[in-house]
Amino acid sequence: MSTLVEAKELTRFFDMGRDQRVHAVEKVSLKIGEKEIVGLVGESGSGKSTFGKTLLGLHDKTSGDVVYRGEVLPSKYSPADFQRHAAKMQMIFQDPYSSLNPRMTVGEIIGEGLRLHSAASIDSVKEQVAEWLRKVGLQPDHMSRYPHEFSGGQRQRIGIARALILEPEFVVCDEPISALDVSVQAQVINLLGDLKERMGLTLLFIAHDLSMVRYVSDRMAVMYLGSLVELGKADEVYFDPKHPYTEILVGSNPEPDPNLERSRPSTAIQGEIPSPVNVPAGCRFANRCPKAMDVCRNTTPELIALKDADRLVACHLYS
Amino acid sequence: MSADGEKLNTDTPLLEVENLHVEFDTYGGTVEAVRGVDFTVDQGQTLAIVGESGCGKSVTVQSIMGLIPMPPGRITAGSARLRGHEVLGRNRIDGKEIRGREIGMIFQDPMTSLNPTMSIGAQIAEPLQVHRGYSATDAFAEAVHLLEMSKIPEAAKRARQYPFEFSGGMLQRAMIAMAISCKPSILIADEPTTALDVTIQAQILDLMQDLQKETGMAIILITHDLGVVARMADEVAVMYAGRVVEHGSADDVFYRSAHPYTVGLKEAMPTNDPALQHELKPIEGSPPDLFAPPRGCGYCARCPHAMQVCDEQPPTGHFLHDHHFSRCWLHHEQAPIKPETIYFKDAKA
Repeated sequence: MSTLVEAKELTRFFDMGRDQRVHAVEKVSLKIGEKEIVGLVGESGSGKSTFGKTLLGLHDKTSGDVVYRGEVLPSKYSPADFQRHAAKMQMIFQDPYSSLNPRMTVGEIIGEGLRLHSAASIDSVKEQVAEWLRKVGLQPDHMSRYPHEFSGGQRQRIGIARALILEPEFVVCDEPISALDVSVQAQVINLLGDLKERMGLTLLFIAHDLSMVRYVSDRMAVMYLGSLVELGKADEVYFDPKHPYTEILVGSNPEPDPNLERSRPSTAIQGEIPSPVNVPAGCRFANRCPKAMDVCRNTTPELIALKDADRLVACHLYS
Repeated sequence: MSADGEKLNTDTPLLEVENLHVEFDTYGGTVEAVRGVDFTVDQGQTLAIVGESGCGKSVTVQSIMGLIPMPPGRITAGSARLRGHEVLGRNRIDGKEIRGREIGMIFQDPMTSLNPTMSIGAQIAEPLQVHRGYSATDAFAEAVHLLEMSKIPEAAKRARQYPFEFSGGMLQRAMIAMAISCKPSILIADEPTTALDVTIQAQILDLMQDLQKETGMAIILITHDLGVVARMADEVAVMYAGRVVEHGSADDVFYRSAHPYTVGLKEAMPTNDPALQHELKPIEGSPPDLFAPPRGCGYCARCPHAMQVCDEQPPTGHFLHDHHFSRCWLHHEQAPIKPETIYFKDAKA
C-alpha cells in the first residue's frame, strides 16, 4: 500500500500571549496509506481535531511537514493553495449545527465546492447535488431548504455530501457520529463504508467511541496531550493495548454486555488530562499513569516499533 | 443511612409510575410526548431508561420532578407514587419537598446547569439551608464534606471556587454532591456522562455506584448508551415514541430481547466480541411524528416484522415472565412468527 498522506513531526502550537503556548499537537508523525481508514482516538483536549485540521491546512503548521503524494504542502496555505488542494482533501466537521451556514440553502451548501472547483454548468451542479442528496439518504427536493429545517442526523449527512461531492481522495472525519442517535450512527457509518468502497476514499476517522473506531478502522492511532502514544492495527490496539493509556481508554469503554461489565474490574483512572499549556517534562502521561517509573518523569519516550513495524508505542515500559 | 428506609413497606415499590401521559401545546399543534408510561423502581436499585432523542425519556422524569412548565405542558393522565403517595402536581409529600429533598436530579450539561455567579460551595449549601434548615456556616461545612464524598480533591479550597474554574468532570461531581445533599431516596441522572470522555465517564459512574451503596438510594439513569446501561442497570426500560416498549432486568433486556426495537438498537451497534462480528444494521427511517402519533404501534413504520394489526391497533403489553414486559403484537398467540425467532441470539446468554 502506497502512502497517500504523511505527517512528519507535525507540530501546532497556539500562542496565548505572555510567553504561554498551548502545545496542541507536538511532533506527530503518521503515514496514511491509500484507501486506508485510520482511526484517531483520545480524550478531549488531546489534539485530535487540531491534528486533523492542520493536516488539511485549516491551521498553519508551527513546524513539521505534511507530504501528500510525495509533495510537501506549504506550512501556511494561501487562497490559491486552498483552491488547489481542497478538491482532493476534504473535511467532515464535528458539529452539524455550527458547520452549515444558516443563510445558505442546502443546495448552495453542497454545490459550493463544485461551483468553485469545476467548470460545471449551473444545471449540472444541480443535477449532481440532487444525486448526492439521494446518495446520503435525503430527497432531491430538500435542495431548496435551509439547514434549520433538518435534524442533527440529516445535517450530518448534508456535511458528508458537501465534503464528498468533489470526489476527494482524502477525507478527515472529525467525530462524524458523536452527535447522532445509535440507530442513525449505523446509517452514517454504513454510508461512509459504501462510499469508501465505491470511490476508494482514504479516511482519517476521529472519534472517541472506541468500539465504533475499532469497527470502522484498519489502523488505530491513540493521542494523548498532543502526542501520539500508540499506533497499530485497530483490532490489535483494541484487544491487546500496549500503552498504559490505551489500556485505560479501552478499559473505560463500557460495552453493551451486562455480564462482561459485572465481571470487569473498574479501571477508572485518577485525575484528568492536564492543561496543554504547561506540558509536564518527560512522558506526558506520567502523572496519571499507574505504571509510571522514575525515568518517565524525566525523559520523553520516543515512538518505538514492537515486534514488527506495524505496532508503535511511546512508552518506557517497552524500551 | 437510607432515607426513611424503615418506613418502607417492602411490597410497594419505592416509586411507581402508571399510565403517564404528557402533552405540550406548541404553535405547530399538540405534541404527545409521553403516551402511557409505566415503570417501578425499588430501593437501592438502578433503573435505566433507554431510547433515542425525542422518545420522551426526559419528559417522563421531569414530570415526576415537577419540572414540566405548565403551560405549555400538561399531564393529562396517570400517576406517580413515591412510597404510595401521589407526587404528580404536588410539591411536597409527608411534609417534605419532593424536588431536591425526596428526589435529587443531575443533568447532562453541568456547565449550563450551575449558576456561574455563585461559588460551588454556596450552590451546594443552598438546598441544605432551604430544605433542612442548616445555618449558612453549617451548610457550607456540609457542602465541603459532600464534595469530599464526591471525591473532589482539596474540597475546602474547591468549595470557594466558581464553576468556570472546574472541568466538566469536576462540575458533574459537584452536581452529584448537590443532588445528594439532602439524602434523597431517588437520584435521577439525565444523561449524566454524555458530555464527558470515557475515562471521566468511568469515574462518574463509579462514584454514582459507590454513593448508591453508601446511601441505599435508587437511581433512575437516562441514557442512550447501551454500554452505560450494561454497566449500571439492574432494571432497564426501553422507550420508543413516548411509550415503554420493553422492561425487564438487564439480563432479560440484553440477552433475551423481546421487542424488535431493542433488537434493532443492539444490531446497530458494533460488538467487541470478535466471534460475534456482524454488519451494523441501521434502523431505517426515523421516529414517528408525535404531533400526529400513529394509531397502532409507534415502531411499526421501521419494524422489519410489522404486520397489518401493528398499523391499526396499539399493541397490548405482554409479560414474558414475571418481570419481563414487552409491548409488541408478536407476543400475541395468533402472531405468525414466534418472537423467539427474532430474539438476539447471544452466545453468552
